[in-house]
Amino acid sequence: MNSPIAEAFIKANKNKRPALLTYTVAGDNSKKKSLQILNAISNYADICEIGFPHNTPIADGGQIQTSAYRAIKNGIRISDVFDIVSIYRKNKNSKPIILMGYYNMIFQYGENKFLKSCKNSGVDGLIVVDLPWPENKKFAKKCKNNFIDFIQLISPTTSFERLKKIIKDSHNVIYYISMLSTTGGKLKVSPKEILLNYNKIKKINPKKKCIIGFGITEKNISKLKSSDGLVVGSQISKEISRSLNNRQNPVTNVSKLVKKLKNKIL
Amino acid sequence: MKIKKNIPLIDQHDKLGFWGGKFGGSYIPETLKKPVNELTEKFKKLRKNKSFIAKRDFYFKSYIGSPTRFIKLDNLSKHLGGAEIWAKVVSDANGGAHKIYNATVHALICKAMGKKYIIGDTGAGYAGKMLSMAAKKFGLKCKIFMGAKDIKRQKPNCDAIRKNGAEIVPVTTGSQTLVDAVSECMRYWVSNCDTTHMCVGSTVGPNIFVKICGWSTAQISRELKAQLILEFKNIPKKIKLINCVGGGSSAYGFWSEFIDYPKTQIELIGVEAGGPKNSKLHAAPLSRNAKLGILHGAASYVCQDKEGQINETESISAGLDYPGVSPIHCFLKDAKRARYTYATDEDALNAYKLVTRFEKLNPSLEPSHAFAEAIKIAPKLSQDNMIIVNSCGDAKKDRDILKQRLGKK
Ligand SMILES: Cc1ncc(COP(=O)(O)O)c(C=O)c1O
Repeated sequence: MNSPIAEAFIKANKNKRPALLTYTVAGDNSKKKSLQILNAISNYADICEIGFPHNTPIADGGQIQTSAYRAIKNGIRISDVFDIVSIYRKNKNSKPIILMGYYNMIFQYGENKFLKSCKNSGVDGLIVVDLPWPENKKFAKKCKNNFIDFIQLISPTTSFERLKKIIKDSHNVIYYISMLSTTGGKLKVSPKEILLNYNKIKKINPKKKCIIGFGITEKNISKLKSSDGLVVGSQISKEISRSLNNRQNPVTNVSKLVKKLKNKIL
Repeated sequence: MKIKKNIPLIDQHDKLGFWGGKFGGSYIPETLKKPVNELTEKFKKLRKNKSFIAKRDFYFKSYIGSPTRFIKLDNLSKHLGGAEIWAKVVSDANGGAHKIYNATVHALICKAMGKKYIIGDTGAGYAGKMLSMAAKKFGLKCKIFMGAKDIKRQKPNCDAIRKNGAEIVPVTTGSQTLVDAVSECMRYWVSNCDTTHMCVGSTVGPNIFVKICGWSTAQISRELKAQLILEFKNIPKKIKLINCVGGGSSAYGFWSEFIDYPKTQIELIGVEAGGPKNSKLHAAPLSRNAKLGILHGAASYVCQDKEGQINETESISAGLDYPGVSPIHCFLKDAKRARYTYATDEDALNAYKLVTRFEKLNPSLEPSHAFAEAIKIAPKLSQDNMIIVNSCGDAKKDRDILKQRLGKK
């Protein structure tokens, strides 16, 4: 039986389009609002990535830092993140969930206990930003044993030799970081160049789904639509910030944005 | 946990970079794997390369001004009664602190790697000032990341950084201190690692940065060992080496040559920042028993909450105001080779007052923490004991804080 994540790709790719993955920070800007946002964007997104907020995020730019600080300031704790997931997953229209975060939070919670909470709440995949290969081998295996997809990251600096080894140890999905940047940076390489690297990855093992993220916005998303999947994060964070600053409802605004993103890749 | 003899502590880690099986490592984003591996390979070669070593020694001598003085503090010893108190006056070094060793070595490595841009973090402003000096000396373009709170409280060093032609990037997130500066510096490196070399200002960060920094500051104890032998013919029988610990670079440099000696002969004492006397906040992960956690790419004892959010810290000394600490100090603590304690803001200020009253020495607030411990224990020790304090920074940078807290000087 396919995992929910694998199913989501099959469904999107059958329609000859990439899967659309959204990234939002859990609890941004409150537990309730972030659930409402997830429910609203599920009409358009194929997979939802949720960040568990950390106050020292070394690979995140300004937008996502702001979202994380906002969530923490509103008292979001790890148990709330799992609550959000489990409530969300009861929605019939819910999409597969990938949790994303920094290793210290998993380490403090305890790897085994963390995976148990993932399973109980309905998490399908994990991305751990600061646990690279081969350091992640043991934990990735634990994830696999628990039917949770551990998603390996690959960057433009990853050597070909390393690439092959990472792909060999990967599960269903690989995440290609489009450029040398934290999240929220402006796309500084051409979509053509990104797709060139993407194709190198796909060639090594065409069966693995490869998603692209970092710097993707409604401006450039259509140029990357030949890929398996595309992740948009900072633009959504920014939209939440903008809505809050303008005293508008982030739920409707973010939902509109995700709809637009979806239309660009159909 | 056991320390091996005859191997530098910086090299006593396993394949994945962990000391004692659990401290250190390299918890970095994938993008940094390549530059970190390249740096690791380059450093491995350079430290065995005779001409590189000759270059290092040349600049340590002609540029930094090694050796720094080793002096007896007669008046302070007499006043306290008890152990003899000595100081290794590392603040004699060009720029006024030990941070110049690491900065100079990083600039040399940067050149050897063919990179033209160098970046670094700073708290007290010394690491930044020294990196800007070395960058100027070796023709590199330099950016310094510094918390907005520290920019305000360490103005003299900021002026020096700018005068050297480096740019200060103010960091306004979080507590606006060193922890945020290091995060922002790492983020910048993620985005620019193809053209830019990163210097971490202490023995913290991913494994390779701990090693390079420790290798650089080790000069301090090489000098001290020679000076002890010159003064006493051999190493005295009862020594206590007292050093402040922020990230732990000066402490490691001060101790590295002496780690193999028995504890009964040479005791190693690290002094962390206890923060304001009645405050819950501090920057003392070792002595206040913080839990193991991951910060800035390495596992170490970290001031954090139950869920792994990094705690705010507070200290009068910007250089010690950091929630984590070097993995090699965690190793020294758990192997029971070094003892760690803390001094409060008030202890440090009182120590500063006493030292400057009796001696022609002007230790900054960081080493004043070490002096506080020396002052506390000296009277309880017999005269055949010798306390050596690393006076690793000059107080010029602290003039505003000292004026505010102690009145005019
Ligand atoms: C004079 C001085 N001493 C000590 C420190 C603390 O760092 P470390 O523990 O790495 O020596 C600093 C840091 O800025 C400093 O400027």
